[in-house]
Amino acid sequence: MSSFNDLAESVITGNFGKVKEITQEMIDKGIGPLEIINDGLIAGMNVVGVRFKAEDMFVPEVMMSAKAMAGGMELVKPLIADTDMPSVGTVVLGTVKGDLHDIGKSLVAMILESGGFKVVNLGTDIAPEGFVKAIREHKPQIVGMSALLTTTMLNMKATIELLKEEGLRDQVKVIVGGAPVSQSFADEIGADGYGSDAMVAKDLCFKLVGKAS
Amino acid sequence: MLIIGELINTSRKAINEAVENRDAEYIKKIAQEQVEAGANYVDVNCGTMVFDEVETMEWLVNTVQEVVEVPLCIDSPNPKAIEAGLALAKYGQPLINSITGESERYNEILPLVLKYKTKVVALCMDDSGMPETAEDRMQVARNLHQKLTAAGVAEDDIYFDPLVKPVSTSDKAGLEVLDTVRLITQEFPNVHKVCGLSNVSFGLPNRKILNQLFMVQTMSMGMDSYILNPLDATMMGYVQASATLLGKDPYCMNYLNAHRKGLYDNK
Repeated sequence: MSSFNDLAESVITGNFGKVKEITQEMIDKGIGPLEIINDGLIAGMNVVGVRFKAEDMFVPEVMMSAKAMAGGMELVKPLIADTDMPSVGTVVLGTVKGDLHDIGKSLVAMILESGGFKVVNLGTDIAPEGFVKAIREHKPQIVGMSALLTTTMLNMKATIELLKEEGLRDQVKVIVGGAPVSQSFADEIGADGYGSDAMVAKDLCFKLVGKAS
Repeated sequence: MLIIGELINTSRKAINEAVENRDAEYIKKIAQEQVEAGANYVDVNCGTMVFDEVETMEWLVNTVQEVVEVPLCIDSPNPKAIEAGLALAKYGQPLINSITGESERYNEILPLVLKYKTKVVALCMDDSGMPETAEDRMQVARNLHQKLTAAGVAEDDIYFDPLVKPVSTSDKAGLEVLDTVRLITQEFPNVHKVCGLSNVSFGLPNRKILNQLFMVQTMSMGMDSYILNPLDATMMGYVQASATLLGKDPYCMNYLNAHRKGLYDNK
């Protein structure tokens, strides 16, 4: 019988097949889906996060681990009623209008998901109106914007302005990131936080929803 | 081999500080060091100064030209900043970084290329988004080549940038660029090709090694210009050695000069 440790280890090594196998085995044995998620899948991803931060694991490995974890989640999710699905909070993420850079933002999505957040990844080239629509639809605690271009980073400001006009600014925390973005720029446009990389973004999100990471 | 020195960029902390304090001496020092290290062009990029980019560009161009007499690579997402830089550039033929196949960007930048008779970096992307494959890139390159030459831009003034993406998130990303450079070289033997090197290694350890090897690989496919840090003596030594091995260095003179400058002393 495989242990939670084995499951976590298979997530850490990014072994998609093994994660699915152990997860299925546990489901068949009658182990609760939340236990499988928390003590196996997320436990493994947490180790990945720490190692990534310590530069002991790298982007391709994190992606493999996230994919392996998703393979396990797919099996257990149908067994959980939506309301019981553990979630630290909801984050809407997108790259701002005029900007097609996807990689960093998707990495942040992956790390947040593995930390237990529900992530709504809007994709790239998202107009301020697109963020507004997603906030109304998904009621997130946090909105994250990415920009890799100095011209498009001004659309973060435009989005924040629109959130104010629409009366939504007080309902969400806004965080920003991307190569040209800095803490001082975040302060200047009135964002609630800036993450210099995916792990910092995760810690920031935990802080903003008032929970320990 | 055309080397564009990339250091004067306000997204770098030291430059950002120097610009904010209007520390002309530091900017001049970096410009001079890059040229002494072999940069043919000095890149000037102050795109992070979104609220006073035009003014900053003017100050940087003037400051750099007080100490070096090389052409500049005017690098900005903002056409107004580009024009401000071009209007002041006085040595040689400036290079605009960059035009793309995106209709808005194309229409903003083309008039500047023609008015100031510049060289131009042409990014292989268009309104359909970031390219994945070599074929995606070639479609944009063919279209840009046709439009730019029809508008009167000389092939020798076009520098295609294939858009380098990380291998850490897509394992064929390096290969697609190599294929693109090979195809551009075949189809358009008279245009140039340029790229930066650091994107390829994003998310991986020992980035310098990947960057250096990718330089060698792209050069083997026909890349003839790089945007890089010329103060990285190892990289500059490899650039020269690679060009020599590819038959671009008559009598190995540049290689021997690099040797005498001490670029291989730690090998």
